[in-house]
Amino acid sequence: MLLDIIVSGLISGSMFALLAIGFSLIFGVARIVNIAHTAFYMIAAYCIFFFTQRMGVGPIPAMFMAIIIVTFLGLIAYRFFIEPIREHEAAVLIGTIALAIAMQEVMLLFFTGDFLSVPSLLEGFFSLMGVKIFFQQLLTFGAVLTILIALWLMLMKTRLGLAVRCMAEDREVANLMGINERRVAMATMGISVGLAAFTGAVVVPLTILNPFMWMEPLIIMMAVVVLGGLGSLKGSFIGAYILGFTEALVVFLIPKGAFLKGSVALSIMILVLIIRPEGLFGIAFEEER
Amino acid sequence: MKREVLFGCVCFALCLLMVSALPGWASDSIKVGVIGPMNFVQGKGHWNGATMAAEEINGKGGVQVGKKKMKIELVKADSNEFLNVTDATNAMERIITHDKVDLIVGGFRTEAVLAMQDIAMDYKKIFIGCGAAHPELCTRVAKDYGRYKYFFRGTPFNSQFLVKTCFIQMATVGAILKQTLGIPAVKVAIVAEKAIWVDPMIEAAKGFIPKMGMELVGIWRPSQTATDVTPEISAVQGSGAHMIFTVFSASVGITFARQAGELKVPAVQVGINVEAQKDGFWDATKGMGNYVMTMNTYCRGVEANELTAPFVEGYVKRFGETPTYTADTYTFLVHGLVPAVEKAGTLDAEKLIPIMEERQFKTPAGTIKYMKDEQGRHLHDLTWGPGFLTSLGVQWQDGKMVGVWPNKWKAAEGAPEITYKGMVPYKVPPWVIQAYKK
Repeated sequence: MLLDIIVSGLISGSMFALLAIGFSLIFGVARIVNIAHTAFYMIAAYCIFFFTQRMGVGPIPAMFMAIIIVTFLGLIAYRFFIEPIREHEAAVLIGTIALAIAMQEVMLLFFTGDFLSVPSLLEGFFSLMGVKIFFQQLLTFGAVLTILIALWLMLMKTRLGLAVRCMAEDREVANLMGINERRVAMATMGISVGLAAFTGAVVVPLTILNPFMWMEPLIIMMAVVVLGGLGSLKGSFIGAYILGFTEALVVFLIPKGAFLKGSVALSIMILVLIIRPEGLFGIAFEEER
Repeated sequence: MKREVLFGCVCFALCLLMVSALPGWASDSIKVGVIGPMNFVQGKGHWNGATMAAEEINGKGGVQVGKKKMKIELVKADSNEFLNVTDATNAMERIITHDKVDLIVGGFRTEAVLAMQDIAMDYKKIFIGCGAAHPELCTRVAKDYGRYKYFFRGTPFNSQFLVKTCFIQMATVGAILKQTLGIPAVKVAIVAEKAIWVDPMIEAAKGFIPKMGMELVGIWRPSQTATDVTPEISAVQGSGAHMIFTVFSASVGITFARQAGELKVPAVQVGINVEAQKDGFWDATKGMGNYVMTMNTYCRGVEANELTAPFVEGYVKRFGETPTYTADTYTFLVHGLVPAVEKAGTLDAEKLIPIMEERQFKTPAGTIKYMKDEQGRHLHDLTWGPGFLTSLGVQWQDGKMVGVWPNKWKAAEGAPEITYKGMVPYKVPPWVIQAYKK
């Protein structure tokens, strides 16, 4: 059972991490609480379905096309919808909820509410000490780690990464130092939505597509981000695995309460926030930024 | 001048009143409201069934109402009830007050249908429920007949009979497993989505599984929308279950079937999996749903009576898919409404209801007879059992949905065997045989 919990926790945690880091990135840099983040993940999944099942495109090209299209869509949404209201955090919050619902309704119109799916890139499974693991899960786990390393390298080794980190530290000072704050925010939005699209692309063979599939990951992603500390990439990464393992523990230790896995994860988040309101790696006071 | 303007306004108001009242007294059609979640399979079934019925009835010239032939006119209403019950009640209010329908068919979620039922009863409109299975919908009729007599259950039979049928099918498969695998007793794991309608079924199963000589090894309750159930599947496999009693109505049915199939879990799946009742299941699970068995109403090639094949094949020809049970709007309109209206010679609900209550009529799914409770009160609920409605047990076998139950089924000791036309033997998945057969 221990191995079951480890495997299950690692895989769930990786997917949470990928979503949460994208969400955290744009919040850290531009203070944008993008509720539509997981809706972009949903759109990417539908793009892959459309290209592979309706247009006959191969799964790998379909993945790339989906990521490009969704990133572009995210940039358009940012430029024409989010950026004009960016300074009003409540407006951004409500606006992005509306954006997510609009995307959901468009998908409902085109694809109806039918449950759809796409084939795995790698079919089959292997057994590790009696625990069956899908090749697709392993692939997803590998892809998540690769992307996280690439993101870390981008942040630490490139000029854009430096600008992003500066912005996350202090927007005003970054601006005074000559960093084009608007352009960096736009690029970060692109990376953030791109990460959501990538998550959608790698997860889609493991999940069921429907226009409401963005809601469940949204809640757990928010929980991860708040648990780790808003805007902290390290916090999101660790928070994702904490909640991933929590969910696995619930399913294995309380079978009848498997549906409670989300609730238990959220309870842990609340508990941490009571003890440490800024989250595990968050900053206690805004003035410290 | 003022008087002329006033006179003009009064005339205009009168004209408006006459125009708005026109459909009420000058209509040559029977307006049937079809209400359901139209963006989902269930609502599409409601609408397609009703469309097919209207085309068939109108093609024959319409319904003889007294001395007048009236055509069926359908009015579509999207209840959006999966997302918002208020949308459902608004849609019901609109088709009654604005579209002025004569009667309504449809509804799916019990929570929404209970609310819609009240609105239809307020307006004394006949409402045929074609989706929700909760007994309360019909218990209300018995308890407060004066108010709820306008409601009839169209499909499916109530959840108490659903669970009874599940147990019969489990026992059938259990016997096959014992024989095929050479095991002394069948171990059963219950995997049921977390939903209110499932709770009584779980309680019943907990009591009934040991009575069937089977051992209950665990109960797992994933969320209805879970997108990954591998932890549950691992746990079920660890429990040593030979049979998984599934109770799914939502997307988790696809997730579970797909992942369990891909992981080749050595246990058969029996029970209710609404997604497995649809033609799209094979594609949705990418073929991993092979050998999944579920209760169903229709299956191509299976005939409960002589009406089944013409309906199923006609539906497939018209809509390109096998009908699901919500398409029984067809059944009610063609076999229930038309003969009742023609007999009554009127659309007056007060005169139609006694006729509908007493009629016993054949439909493509079986024979319908409305039940009374122990006190002899009208329930307007469907009778279950041999000779009436029994439903089917279907199994996915290599890309095709086939009928496997009732196949030589004896409803009671000494009762005659029942086998519907087109039944094939149940198949145990080869990896299950491989895992247990020494």
